[in-house]
Amino acid sequence: MIAPILEMRNITKTFPGVRALSEVSFSVAKGEIHCLVGENGAGKSTLMKVLSGVYPHGDYSGDILLEAQSQKFRNIADSEHAGIGIIYQELALVPDMTVYDNILLGHELKSGLTVNLNETIKQATEMLAKVRLQLNPSTKVRDLGVGKQQLVEIAKALCRDIKILILDEPTAALNEDDCDNLLDILRGLKRDGVTSIMISHKLKEVIHIADTVTVLRDGQTVCTLDASRGEVSEGVLIKHMVGREIDDVFPKRKKKISDEVVMQVRDWTVYSHGLGRTLLSDVNFDVHKGEIVGFAGLMGSGRTELAHSLFGNPDGYRLNGEIKIEGKVSKFTEPRNAIDAGIAYASEDRKKNGLILIQDVKQNVTLANLKALATRGVVDANGEAKVAEEYRTALSIKTPSINQKVLNLSGGNQQKVSIAKWLFVKPKLLILDEPTRGIDVGAKYEIYTLMNKLVDQGMSIIMISSELPEILGMSDRIYIVSSGRITGELPIAEATQEKIMQLATS
Amino acid sequence: MILKDFRAVIRNNIREYGMYIALVVIMGIFTIATDGVFISSRNIANLLNQTGYIAVLAIGMTLVIVIRQIDLSVGFLSGFLGALAAIAMTSWGFPAWAAILAALAMGTLAGLLTGFFVAQVGIPSFVASLAGWLIYRGALLLATLKKGTIIVPDDAFNAIGNGYIPDIFPAETSFLPELHKLTLLLGLLAIVWFIFQSLRDRKNRVAYGFEVLPADMFILKLVFISVILSLITWVVAGYNGMSWTLAIVLVVVLAYHFITTKTVLGRHIYAVGGNPEAAELSGVSVKKITFWVFGSMGMLCGLSGILFTSRLQSATTTAGTLFELDAIAAAYIGGVSAAGGIGKVTGSLMGAIVYMSLTSGMNLLGTDISLQYIIRGAVLVAAVVFDVTTRKAKS
Repeated sequence: MIAPILEMRNITKTFPGVRALSEVSFSVAKGEIHCLVGENGAGKSTLMKVLSGVYPHGDYSGDILLEAQSQKFRNIADSEHAGIGIIYQELALVPDMTVYDNILLGHELKSGLTVNLNETIKQATEMLAKVRLQLNPSTKVRDLGVGKQQLVEIAKALCRDIKILILDEPTAALNEDDCDNLLDILRGLKRDGVTSIMISHKLKEVIHIADTVTVLRDGQTVCTLDASRGEVSEGVLIKHMVGREIDDVFPKRKKKISDEVVMQVRDWTVYSHGLGRTLLSDVNFDVHKGEIVGFAGLMGSGRTELAHSLFGNPDGYRLNGEIKIEGKVSKFTEPRNAIDAGIAYASEDRKKNGLILIQDVKQNVTLANLKALATRGVVDANGEAKVAEEYRTALSIKTPSINQKVLNLSGGNQQKVSIAKWLFVKPKLLILDEPTRGIDVGAKYEIYTLMNKLVDQGMSIIMISSELPEILGMSDRIYIVSSGRITGELPIAEATQEKIMQLATS
Repeated sequence: MILKDFRAVIRNNIREYGMYIALVVIMGIFTIATDGVFISSRNIANLLNQTGYIAVLAIGMTLVIVIRQIDLSVGFLSGFLGALAAIAMTSWGFPAWAAILAALAMGTLAGLLTGFFVAQVGIPSFVASLAGWLIYRGALLLATLKKGTIIVPDDAFNAIGNGYIPDIFPAETSFLPELHKLTLLLGLLAIVWFIFQSLRDRKNRVAYGFEVLPADMFILKLVFISVILSLITWVVAGYNGMSWTLAIVLVVVLAYHFITTKTVLGRHIYAVGGNPEAAELSGVSVKKITFWVFGSMGMLCGLSGILFTSRLQSATTTAGTLFELDAIAAAYIGGVSAAGGIGKVTGSLMGAIVYMSLTSGMNLLGTDISLQYIIRGAVLVAAVVFDVTTRKAKS
């Protein structure tokens, strides 16, 4: 056993009314890749925030030992100084600055009073080589894809002479190629002696890369598993994460698809003025009543743009083509029109454009259909509370009360609030964009069950997803989008991961 | 036991009550420093009348800041619209009511124009309204070019800024001879209405199983606020009673409070402020809301201009100078968040009163004007620091 580089002992952290961590102990050996898994709200991110000084010493109880030295971080600068680098899920890069400026941001190399540009570029290039990213360091971060941005973040962390690199769901927003690349780079860093802690929901990649896995549940350490002894498998991880076995990740349903076409899209072409290029061309598809239609494709293939352009075009694209809703040609100039026509769209990024985080559950649930609760423009407060309570129960949203700010809910429950908002408009067609991104196994199962119930009641669902198992497990029919075109349509019986990937990369 | 509850309630609601406490402290200090002159009916009546034209702007500004915008043009727009009303009456022969309607309508149009540039063209509101600041300043100078100061001879119009509501009871009764009886009656009605509303609200919350104050604290709160309302009523009734300005401000506050808390429009305004992208995708037209909010701001500029012109009984070349910054300061003191989505119109009214109390108190004490600005600046910073830190502590 190699001496641990990091030990966290009996960490307890409470928030008003919630005990986020209780007596968590966690130990990381030098030079290993240590994965931290658990459901949303299990306390993974909180634990890492304690470690990186976001919650200062005194805000929690317990000890942190780095190389056997007790540490009392007052802020992030302290932990960084001690050699802990953390990369958050939401990237912290400045889009309009160059790659080299971003890498050395906060650690600018100076000669006299000015920044030494040549030295900066030289050092940035060295760091980029370490993460095997070949690009001109003068490129603006804005012009890079998410995968490359993620690597720039790692280069930035490496620049700070770190002992431990913490990655909070680094692959959540990446496509499979970028994921593999990132995992390769982590292995490379391991050979260079960097210790990594990675939080991830993607169990396959955890199994792939981890030397050790620690499972958290409800703010407590459940177990620490050693991969070299063959203790890690998907079944074992899920069992420990949820505290029960989930035999069936995708609940079964009886298919009740009718011939009735709810939405028909023909020759749909979308041009963005802002980007100066065509995002989608000649898209044709149908959605039947009671059907779940999956839209598969890689990040950036145009799936989200398709949903936005159909949903009243809030981005102001130039559109060509035709939408028919239940056989009637429809034109939507803003989301309101689409909603009135019976279409709902639960967006991909619930924090950015799905929910109003500073408002409470009740207000978020009723936002899209306040008119239904109002007489002459005045909202019926009692009726609103009743509606919110109904959806809270129906979707089992875990919140102390409907007056709780959405900000304080876990990812899975936020997603349920977002879906509840759209159920309250009683749509015919619900478009779900990455409905289970960043939420845990248990909450995923609940959302799948809910989807089944909705189509059973006659609603139609378009599900956009990057997760192939989810597409295969839930859809009745699959369209594959690649570079702004529909490159294939597969009935579920004929669909396989390989076929989809082939069409998605064609 | 009660003391412990009391402490907990204060601690949990410090943000909400902070400003009321600050106001009581400020008033207390000035009352002691001026040997009671500050709290005299006459001074309070004056103070409230002076607050009027800033308060209505602060109310409009609250909504502008809530939807993450700013409007710098309100000061000179209000000055210009006041001058316009004066010219309408003196040169064009408009009756007072028509001049008032014209100012309100022109104000709404001006606000919609700013809204057009912000919502439709996509210009940052800081720039659009800065341009308005310059343009309306020029327009005001132009309007007052010939006469310099336009004296308004219309008594009915001037009563808005200087007059008081009539008393329904004859002044010569033996019952409370020194006091304005209608004001007392209105105050009493307000207290009854407040208690009734609080009880109903509490009952509803209990029915839904929501958290409510402990019963003793609830009663304490009712008693406390009723006493404050009674005191205010008593003081106001002691000097001619309620002024027309105060009556107008109260109506505006009540209307805006109702709109922001009870209506679909209000909810949409806060949704846009809280997260414009999410609001748009939920079918709320951000454009439409922006037009509404700037239109209302413009209309309130008209009202502010009328109140100010009427108070001075004339339109001057410098009317409206720095009103915009006073209104913004009042809104921030009143707890509006610069990040958008948070802020109450009642808070901004209190902010305006706190702000004007400082001015009034320091004037009574004969504080040098240079020092007055510095103190007002310090209070603004202190108020916002308080707001930000208590917000952090809570989340």
